[in-house]
Amino acid sequence: MRVRKRTLGLVLYLVLLLLPIYWMLNMSLRTNANILGEFAIIPTELTLANYARIFTDPAWYSGYINSIVYVSMNTAISLLTALPAAYAFSRYRFLGDKHMFFWLLTNRMAPPAVFLLPFFQLYSTFGLIDTHIAVAISHLLFNVPLAVWILEGFMSGVPREIDEMAYIDGYSYPRFFLTVFVPLIRTGIGVTAFFCFMFSWVELLFARTLTTTNAKPIAAVMTRTVSASGLDWGLLAAAGILTIVPGALVIWFVRNYMAKGFALGRV
Amino acid sequence: MDKWQNNRAWFMVLPVFVVVAISAIIPLMTVVNYSVQDIFGPGQSVFVGTEWFKEVLTDRRLHEALWRQFLFSGLVLLIEIPLGVMIGLAMPKKGWTASLTLVLLALPLLIPWNVIGTIWIIFTRPDIGLFGATINTLGIRFDHTASPLDAWVTVMLMEVWHWTPLVALLAYAGLRAIPEAYFQAARIDGASAWAVFRYIQLPKMRGVLTIAVLLRFMDSFLIYAEPFVLTGGGPGNSTTFLSIHLVKIAVGQFDLGPAAAFSIIYFLIVLLFSWLFYQALLRVGTGEKR
Repeated sequence: MRVRKRTLGLVLYLVLLLLPIYWMLNMSLRTNANILGEFAIIPTELTLANYARIFTDPAWYSGYINSIVYVSMNTAISLLTALPAAYAFSRYRFLGDKHMFFWLLTNRMAPPAVFLLPFFQLYSTFGLIDTHIAVAISHLLFNVPLAVWILEGFMSGVPREIDEMAYIDGYSYPRFFLTVFVPLIRTGIGVTAFFCFMFSWVELLFARTLTTTNAKPIAAVMTRTVSASGLDWGLLAAAGILTIVPGALVIWFVRNYMAKGFALGRV
Repeated sequence: MDKWQNNRAWFMVLPVFVVVAISAIIPLMTVVNYSVQDIFGPGQSVFVGTEWFKEVLTDRRLHEALWRQFLFSGLVLLIEIPLGVMIGLAMPKKGWTASLTLVLLALPLLIPWNVIGTIWIIFTRPDIGLFGATINTLGIRFDHTASPLDAWVTVMLMEVWHWTPLVALLAYAGLRAIPEAYFQAARIDGASAWAVFRYIQLPKMRGVLTIAVLLRFMDSFLIYAEPFVLTGGGPGNSTTFLSIHLVKIAVGQFDLGPAAAFSIIYFLIVLLFSWLFYQALLRVGTGEKR
């Protein structure tokens, strides 16, 4: 009986969770006139016109491509730099290791708005404004510390005897790392990639400031449309729904390991 | 702690240090630089010492934004942490329902932050929103663009909707890591559900809950995009949180000096409170372990 009540509560919560998303989906399938004309919980006149417009207008769909490009770059760089560092933190004691670990975390504590102007100046100096790599690098600020944090947790779960054995067997360090160690923590790498993807995908402030046209993320394309063309709710909703799709796909792949990623991260 | 002592490990940490230094230390130095100078234009600046700090610390609008921010973050922690733990406890442990719950829960976390704002505008507008229209039909006047209270309710609903899943996922992860033997022992002892929660589940969740409290405190204290899109800080200044206020000064009025001084104070507040939470939670944990 107790368990039942719990399940009921959970189902109710999930329904409430999905309501706002459902409503956006609802709007995205209707024309603007229809949205303003009648209040319908289940839409009567379904249309894919909003989606069609997004997929045929380069100003819209290039936003998605831009976002995916810089998010992928960021995830790759975060993983490549964080892997050796996380290994060092999980295996060695060295001068200032604890301070370094905490310092990495403090980078998540500064208000992002603080970095806007300095970032703009820094990237202007190097001529990187409006490139994908600029956004990817700026997102390293919060993704690298997180990646180190999560990976360190997973690596600490691998017994150190494995390292020692590999050395005795005559493995060189890079070979050991790539052929023995990395496969052992591939779950952790998957989970880390998911988190890097997520935080880079949802961030707007840096992405919008550092881009103008060529690398403009979809989230910024959306805000521009809101202010310019009056409000086309249907189109806006369709664009919103499409921003959820990549995340939902990624999450499907890591769903079974996601929980583990949280549990193993150390404080 | 029998890690190998080796200072050459620094070479492995070096890439991380370099990328984070580029994105953090150099910009922060610029901010410190601005905070003590008055800048008229490119290459023209005067050293003003602590003047901007004095100006910022006596700014009444900043004080209001600060209290608003504390109220907001406090409410966020009070609502999201218990609610998240409850959801974590109620989640199915295995099978397809577990996968489905995980995926559904994570959905809000993967939506770009300004889209979150957009979703909630669409959802709560009195004319076209499901929530807004329904509640108005019920006879309760609700309009987050006109009433400060309604704006707060909407922002809180949005925040709870957006981030409680993170707490729930963390709690769930912590619960999954408890060996089944603990529960069997508790069953044999005839422990009540509350005792199981208090003496087994809660202590075992300490680690993940520490992360949850820290993350939720930091991120809610730094919140910008969602309320900015939803309410624009209004009506009046009623939902102008610290970040919104900061961006107004820095980008809106282009007052770089005060904005930089404000940024440093802001950062120090977050740092101080994160550290206090961290220390407090560490102590709570040791008390319960026994």
